[in-house]
Amino acid sequence: MLTLALMIILIAELSTENKKSIINLSMLLMVAVTVIGFIPSPEGTLFGGMYQTNHLKVLMKNILNIGTMILFFQVADWIKKPEYENKVSEFYMLIISTLIGMNFMISSGHFLLFYLGLELATIPIAALAAYDRSKNISAEAGIKLILSSALSSGIMLYGISMLYGTLGSLYYTDMASMDMDTPLQIMAFIFFFAGMGFKISLVPFHLWTADVYEGAPVNVASYLSVISKGAAVFILTILLYTVFFSIAPMWKNLLYAIAIVTMTVGNLFALRQKNLKRFLAFSSIAQAGFILLGMIDGSALGMASILYFVLIYIFTNLGAFGVVSAISVATGKEHMDDYNGLYATNPKLSLLMMLSLFSLAGIPPVAGFFGKFFLFTAAAHSGYYWLVFIAVINATISLYYYLLVVKAMFINKNDNPIAYFKSNLTTRIGLGLCLAGIFAIGLFSPVYEYIRMFSVGM
Amino acid sequence: MDFLTLFVVVPVLTIVGIVFTRDMKQTRLVSAIGMGIQLILAVTLVFMYLAERKAGNTAEMLFSHSYVWFESLNITYSIGVDGISVAMIMLTAIVVFTGVFASWNVKHLPREFFISLIFLSSGVFGFFISIDLFTMFLFYEVAVIPMFLLIGIWGTGPKEYSAMKLTLMLMGGSALLLVGLLGIYFNSNAGGGDLTFNILEISKVKIPMQAQRMFFPMTFIGFGVLGALFPFHTWSPDGHASAPTAVSMLHAGVLMKLGGYGAFRVAIFLLPDAAQEMSWFFLILTGISVVYGAFGAIHQKDLKYINAYSSVSHCGLVLFAILMMNKTALDGAILQMISHGLMTALFFALIGMIYGRTHTRMINELGGLMKIMPVLSVSYVIAGLASLGLPGLSGFVAEMTIFFGSFQHSDAFHRILTISAAASIVITAVYILRVVGQILYGPVKNDNYLKLSDARWYERVSTGVLIFAIAGIGVAPLWLSNMINESLNPIVHQIMQVLIK
Repeated sequence: MLTLALMIILIAELSTENKKSIINLSMLLMVAVTVIGFIPSPEGTLFGGMYQTNHLKVLMKNILNIGTMILFFQVADWIKKPEYENKVSEFYMLIISTLIGMNFMISSGHFLLFYLGLELATIPIAALAAYDRSKNISAEAGIKLILSSALSSGIMLYGISMLYGTLGSLYYTDMASMDMDTPLQIMAFIFFFAGMGFKISLVPFHLWTADVYEGAPVNVASYLSVISKGAAVFILTILLYTVFFSIAPMWKNLLYAIAIVTMTVGNLFALRQKNLKRFLAFSSIAQAGFILLGMIDGSALGMASILYFVLIYIFTNLGAFGVVSAISVATGKEHMDDYNGLYATNPKLSLLMMLSLFSLAGIPPVAGFFGKFFLFTAAAHSGYYWLVFIAVINATISLYYYLLVVKAMFINKNDNPIAYFKSNLTTRIGLGLCLAGIFAIGLFSPVYEYIRMFSVGM
Repeated sequence: MDFLTLFVVVPVLTIVGIVFTRDMKQTRLVSAIGMGIQLILAVTLVFMYLAERKAGNTAEMLFSHSYVWFESLNITYSIGVDGISVAMIMLTAIVVFTGVFASWNVKHLPREFFISLIFLSSGVFGFFISIDLFTMFLFYEVAVIPMFLLIGIWGTGPKEYSAMKLTLMLMGGSALLLVGLLGIYFNSNAGGGDLTFNILEISKVKIPMQAQRMFFPMTFIGFGVLGALFPFHTWSPDGHASAPTAVSMLHAGVLMKLGGYGAFRVAIFLLPDAAQEMSWFFLILTGISVVYGAFGAIHQKDLKYINAYSSVSHCGLVLFAILMMNKTALDGAILQMISHGLMTALFFALIGMIYGRTHTRMINELGGLMKIMPVLSVSYVIAGLASLGLPGLSGFVAEMTIFFGSFQHSDAFHRILTISAAASIVITAVYILRVVGQILYGPVKNDNYLKLSDARWYERVSTGVLIFAIAGIGVAPLWLSNMINESLNPIVHQIMQVLIK
């Protein structure tokens, strides 16, 4: 099983002393895990139905593995800094334990295991957010994350307990076959949804996002924005499609409203941001709003478009964050004005950044266009044309702020631009993978068809 | 590989070639060769097309191929051309080719400039060859986005503002378009078949009236934004005025035609019932475009603004003719697209060349240029005459056909609109002749101008090719008109079906 492989990494890391070898080892192991994940595994259940696995779930995990692998490549440069000398292995251990938590969450067949996975996936991230011990802002991010996630977990747990109280079971399969239409159960669902909304940073549960992203180290922020969010999106989709199947009309209305609010608020706040990390934080909120468009359809088409979008989003956002991280590591600069004239000195990084931003904005021929197009197709499939309309208007608004960064890099003049620097091999591999993904996943249709093959609807 | 895909592959290969060039000279050489090949391909396509028709091939789309792309959504990469797209491809090839020569002396980041320019052109070519709505939309956006960099980096004046305004307005238009296309897609199984993006297959299906009412305005406005439909035309004057020469040429000459082409190929062709029902509203809007653009041009002092407003007027006329929905008017619309494309490209090329010498585009600062640079000035006069519709040049044929077609509607509403739109020709004459008189004749306003040189060889290539094409259409319009005419049959057939009911 996948989780077993991850455990091995933990043990291996504990037993090594040399910092450099840990970095290399974890990169290698992550590559190995990702590759192993693609070997077809049998479907089955464990622990009396608490732990389930099937092709769809394996695919979701693989997507997360790919993201983590790229992140490990990008991280190597940053973690070699002297101030992190004594906590290199902590970083990898924490990341991997959150990944295990997410895997549990995705594979759970029972709310108990789900909750276990959720906590396992959340608490280490708070520690990671406070990784830059020396900086107050990083500690603040850690505290903020842990407090708000504890609150949201509490709310979610309350919702789950109400469900248990009224239904008498927490097995997904049992719950899916029961009707849930009493006011108490609907309230329980709302509580549960609020907890998930916090993870995905949907408006109005998004308030932690910008501060945490800004305070946390760039790579942790990127992990939060892609892997953690992706996992939450996956599990929410599964649960909506199965457990909450009986109240589908209800949650569709809820998603409709939340999607509009999330896209709009995320976009409007992103317009004014000058710090690149805060900027990407709000952009990732807006992107979460788009993802809801796929969920609302409730069909295999919607499921496929979500998986596809998240896969693209991983490559795209890691590309953008990777550039921000590379520049931050080399120069410590994270402000948008610092990027003025970047193209003159660092053309390759600027190009990658531009392509990533275009992909986020959904401009062809890069992959983001396909991702967004299929999400919109999924929503239109159910006849939500006005929702699609609002979403595309939002996509146009988002284009404005993405273009502001492009403008800074390519058009604005700067007397004192960021000097040329050459990042080391691993970072370049990480960024190169992002670049390849940004181009290939969209234009190369078998990726989509592969995902579509395993997707199921309600 | 099939022949049509070459039109996308050649630009891409040219871009790859440019990446490996070292300096401006190599870059422009590679670009010129690449776009020269493209022009040759376009000419070949015209002859191949004519030969095929002569051999009795009556298929709607020739040289068509279809490759499955996203199988589960039935998205295909389908390509094919009829007489109209062949004509548009020819137009694009000419304008891009001359555009490369018009920007022979780009000194700032030449590689990036030519890459963006040619990338843009690959989007335009792709748009004209596709008969699948998804591919079409993809190429449409590919054609729009490089504009931001092209205007933002190499433009003049308030370039950042104009670049942002243009990009956002066009992308806003494509947002509407996206919803419209999805709406068409999900109604394309009304006849019982599979959902499809293929234009030809959708045209055989009768999309439910309610859906048509919702999606016709979306697609029409979506394309109309690019075709400078009032009140969504405001990106055009700023964008054209700030853009560098070749970009203005390509944008006014070709990109705005994407709007017109899409409006009739998608909005009218696929949603004919709603088009018939709602045409009155959009006719009024386009009528305003025509007249307002012409009046706007009168008041401008900057040469580029004058031509930008005149483009609004002329492209408005294209949409106006399309909405008239009869064969003659549609024929005129296509002719007008081509004629305006060539003529505006020539105008902007000349303005760029004059500006490059005098460093001003204000008409009150220019004067007596005929004595200093006769070749450029004579070309300017020719462009002006074509623009105001002098017989013997392309503009006359197009406008004549349009008004002839529009006048076939016998009711008062259409008659009045036609007459007011036709009145814009007079206004056009006013601003064109005024500019020609002021900048070309009279005393030389600035003694420094006396030292300026006339057209260089590459500028002569650029203007010569365009003038040749303009005069060619004017003198022998029939072959082009025939080519368009027979391709209009399916569309006219669609419209007639609505009318019969």
